[in-house]
Amino acid sequence: MVAAVIGVIRSRNLFVVVILGGIYSFLMATVMVALDAVDVAMTEAAVGAGMSTVLLLAVLGLVKTREAPLRHSPFIPLLVCFLTGAVLIYGTLDLPPFGRQDTPTNQHVAPYYIKNSVKETGSPNIVTAVLASYRGYDTLGETTVIFTGGIGVLILLSTSRRRREKQSSKKDSLT
Amino acid sequence: MIRDTIILRVVIKLLLPAILLFALYVQFHGDYGPGGGFQAGVAAAAAIILYGLVFGVSAARKIMPQKLLFSLIPIGVLVFSGTGIVSWFFGANYLDYSPFGSDSKSGQHLGILIVELGVFITVFSTMLAIFYSFAGRSEALPSNLENDK
Repeated sequence: MVAAVIGVIRSRNLFVVVILGGIYSFLMATVMVALDAVDVAMTEAAVGAGMSTVLLLAVLGLVKTREAPLRHSPFIPLLVCFLTGAVLIYGTLDLPPFGRQDTPTNQHVAPYYIKNSVKETGSPNIVTAVLASYRGYDTLGETTVIFTGGIGVLILLSTSRRRREKQSSKKDSLT
Repeated sequence: MIRDTIILRVVIKLLLPAILLFALYVQFHGDYGPGGGFQAGVAAAAAIILYGLVFGVSAARKIMPQKLLFSLIPIGVLVFSGTGIVSWFFGANYLDYSPFGSDSKSGQHLGILIVELGVFITVFSTMLAIFYSFAGRSEALPSNLENDK
């Protein structure tokens, strides 16, 4: 993953950057599998590596594939990145060790789900039971977010195209 | 877009049914294994996008017409939220699937399936619609238009 990130930073060819980003997402998916979060790993592989790579490639078809040279010094962004990273790492120091049973997050509703989800929903996959049944509101909200985001992108893309078609038809009528 | 490579064309045609079958498996097996509507929707959209990348977006539009796609986006959300309204008619809380079946277990099972179907429809059509509009833009660029004339 580190090699992929360094490659993304070093390369000026945007095509290489997009492909390296896809590789990074696949490696991230293997990390998720190692953490026993198979659902998240599938999503990461499909959305992060598959879908966003394809969409970025589609965008690359519209723009130049060489990165423009920098117009400002990279010092301040670098400082911000390092500061944010340092704060995040400082935050992880207070987290309980991974997989401990007696942490607050594992004491709240998780034992109830583990004990009762098969009995109450008949679904052996606790993740699906929680997502679709116990937390149905949240999933409805997520679906609405996808809906809203998709509609927003479509409106943005379609209006500019309509304008261009209008302009070209005007040109045609002039000539 | 790549249109002249025969290896890609043949391999894609072999892969497409497998990808679509896997998406349906993830969709309907979500109760038992990992996955669900979201992952299945992305996988199914990826299959069509793969086809569109190799055979051109107009060929993909023949499989999945754009108008149908645009109407599918809200239909998915409506399926999801409509399920909650149906549970009102059974006298239960919003999005409580227990009264759908003879006992609460089969009701929950059916409810989860319907809700996941709603998620699947929205995710699939949104992803594909965004891809269509991006790819459609590159085809409708002025330079390409001039080449057509």
